[in-house]
Amino acid sequence: MNIKTALMGTVLGTVAGFAMAPAAFAERGSDGHVNIIYWQAPSTMNPYLSGGTKELEVGSLVLEPLARYDAEGNMVPFLAESVPTVENGGVSEDLMNVTWKLKEGLLWSDGKPLTSEDVRFTWEYCTSEGGGCSQSEKYNDVTDVEIVDDLTVIVHFGVPKPFPYGPFVGNQAPIIQKAQFADCTGEAMASCTDQNFAPIGTGPFVVDEFKTNDVVSMSANPNYRDPAKPAFATATVKGGGDAAAAGRSVLETGEFDYAWNLQLAPDVLADMESKGKGKLVSAFGTLVERIMVNYTDPDPALGDKRATAAHPHPILSDKSVRQALSMAIDRELLVEIGYGAAGKVTCNVLPAPAIYASTANDACMVQDIEGAKALLEADGWVMGSDGIREKDGKKLSLLFQTSTNAVRQDFQAIIKQWWNEIGVEVELRNIDSSVFFGGDAGSPDTFQKFFADVEMYANNFDGTDPEAYMANWECKQAPRPETQWQGNNMPRYCTEEYDALVAEMAKTGDLEKRAELAKTMNDMLMQDYAIIPLVYRGRVSAASNTLGGVEINAWDSELWNAADWYRIKE
Amino acid sequence: MSDATVTTTVKPKAPRNQWWDVWDQFKTHKGAMAGLIFFVFIVLAVYLGPFLWKIDPTYIDFRARNQGPSLAHPFGADQLGRDILARMLAGGQVSISVGLTAMILSLVLGTFVGVLAGYWKRLDGMLMRLTDLFLALPLLPLLMVIIMLFRDPLRKMFGLEAGIFILIVFVIGITSWMQTARIVRGDVLALKEREYVLAARSIGTPSRRVVLRHILPNIMSPIMVSATLGIANAIITESALSFLGLGFPPDYPTWGRLLFDAKDMIQQYPERVIWPGLAISLTVLAVNYIGDGLRDALDPRIRGR
Repeated sequence: MNIKTALMGTVLGTVAGFAMAPAAFAERGSDGHVNIIYWQAPSTMNPYLSGGTKELEVGSLVLEPLARYDAEGNMVPFLAESVPTVENGGVSEDLMNVTWKLKEGLLWSDGKPLTSEDVRFTWEYCTSEGGGCSQSEKYNDVTDVEIVDDLTVIVHFGVPKPFPYGPFVGNQAPIIQKAQFADCTGEAMASCTDQNFAPIGTGPFVVDEFKTNDVVSMSANPNYRDPAKPAFATATVKGGGDAAAAGRSVLETGEFDYAWNLQLAPDVLADMESKGKGKLVSAFGTLVERIMVNYTDPDPALGDKRATAAHPHPILSDKSVRQALSMAIDRELLVEIGYGAAGKVTCNVLPAPAIYASTANDACMVQDIEGAKALLEADGWVMGSDGIREKDGKKLSLLFQTSTNAVRQDFQAIIKQWWNEIGVEVELRNIDSSVFFGGDAGSPDTFQKFFADVEMYANNFDGTDPEAYMANWECKQAPRPETQWQGNNMPRYCTEEYDALVAEMAKTGDLEKRAELAKTMNDMLMQDYAIIPLVYRGRVSAASNTLGGVEINAWDSELWNAADWYRIKE
Repeated sequence: MSDATVTTTVKPKAPRNQWWDVWDQFKTHKGAMAGLIFFVFIVLAVYLGPFLWKIDPTYIDFRARNQGPSLAHPFGADQLGRDILARMLAGGQVSISVGLTAMILSLVLGTFVGVLAGYWKRLDGMLMRLTDLFLALPLLPLLMVIIMLFRDPLRKMFGLEAGIFILIVFVIGITSWMQTARIVRGDVLALKEREYVLAARSIGTPSRRVVLRHILPNIMSPIMVSATLGIANAIITESALSFLGLGFPPDYPTWGRLLFDAKDMIQQYPERVIWPGLAISLTVLAVNYIGDGLRDALDPRIRGR
């Protein structure tokens, strides 16, 4: 098995190596046609009118931002000459403004030059009154976009921004053409269908025909900045069907070259991949499947004070119990059963980008049932006659809730068995996802209310900057009646040290120091076992064996480098 | 031998219990007999089976994951290595108990309402509007509210499993009596104008007796039919509830849940869908046949022919 994979790898590598050489000298449009399938079809090409990944990604074939994230989560300049930082003088010392310089000689696909007017217009467009721009939070706190000359703009912020890369960065905030969209601001935004369906862009492709929720036909952009790219003369993005059909069309039948987002059981995917027409590619962002531990008592008898800081949890307030629960879990097995190629073992709630990932908690990677038992024993939790540990008349008995989802129910069953082994009684409950994640303050079953002892779900953060994400576990973020049960601090974790770190990060601009702070916060949560991380989840797509240059990206659009894609010749 | 013949001729024949007649008639219905035998077999299997087949249905054996049928696991093992035979037996206990109890509850309720509405004109309008009201209520949201309100108190009162069992049976019963009520009312309306009912009333039979003696036995057949459909319905509703996370805890096997859990794997492991599916459909079919046979057997006009 191993030898076979290794051999396959070598063969593929060699093929790719041979193929790479001609590709570098290829002419634009020399490789014919590329077929991409997005089983959730795009409904518009304008990312400012949709929060959906499918629209953002398909839109990224046409529209480009000043800078993008590469597959590792590093920023790379696209339309800008370089990424401005405090060191190169692009970001001012007071963190209040950023200067962007455009590359010279950039043309829109209709031949007009790209200027700083377009950049300023993009900001005006998204923040125009009554427009309902979906990406307006990218432009939060921007007070002005000043035009210095044709190729230079300064973005002014109203407050110091330690991480000033919201506006014009990433696939959520690309530059649109002023000439085309000038009449489409404000209330006219949604009604400009011609513009929204076929925006003029600077990306590798131009829209020829757009059928809502069905097919987008595209051809190579004649004015693309690299004369040798894209290698494909035409491209089709097909929508519709489901993940299984999409996967099959690339991996089994080979009709399509690239299929996006294949959320399928690992053995189903492996089965498809074994047909040999394509391969699975996975990218890891920041999504972590985790168990949240309730620090407060969810006993219904407490009435209004249920699951609030007024009543600490009778058994989970004990750190050894929380630690034992974590030690009893075999994360590798969970990955194997639930996610296969789309999962990795993690011991951190902040797993990426690389500079933020801590290695201080890696002990959790190995299951240690005996250790967990010993820990509970040493702490005075003794085994009762019914196989459940108890101390001071309190039994180790937990209610474990999660949303309804086949993989999660499997995880629940497995974890229950491990916890039973160390003498913890577990009752399982699953709740319909729309209720569980619905946030309805009237329902007792939401993940914010957390009327259970432990709960499992996955969460991530947008972009690459973890500041807002790590601030989730501040005291004031705890859901409670006063906040209408809103908030992100599900465990109701609350320490002064943690809050101080959050405050410090909000005023630190230096990237290294920010990374240090984020790591410390992550380690604090992990070593207090307030959150038990289980699986670092990625997304899985499939690419045909004849499609070269694919570099799947979790931080930006999966099609971010479509200009570099080429056909691997026989 | 001759003695025996003598005694029988001398002694007057003891009056024969009418249920023996019913049984004799029932025996002649082949389908009903087959159904009865199968149903008894299933009931015995799910209730006595776990004493013979001692594997814990929730025990996870990772080494047995996705194993096909073998001596250790005659029906194979599921994606977590749990024994499917054990899960089928445990699931059958829950599904059959829920199905039967909920069916009986909805039958009693429906017949009661239907007879009241059909026999007493004054109650008719009110009861039938109530029935319409229940029919018009959207079922799932109603179930969600009921379960949300009563889950925790019942769990406290009767313990986890019994509490949920009572709740589910109650919820299914209370939301599926309406069809029976309507059918029964219609039949009662027609029957109460018949001559024999008139005759019974004319000699002063109280209404209670008329209903129990003359009307109820005659509407047995529609009641039997809705009862058999009710079992199927109850099993399916229970699985829908489990699927939404409102029913039994997720690791607690029921036939409906086994079916739902396995449906994603239908291509790789079709047998996992087939076993619970077969169990549900055969049980429902068996109950249907029993109902059919019972209806014939209970009808004095058919009996003895």
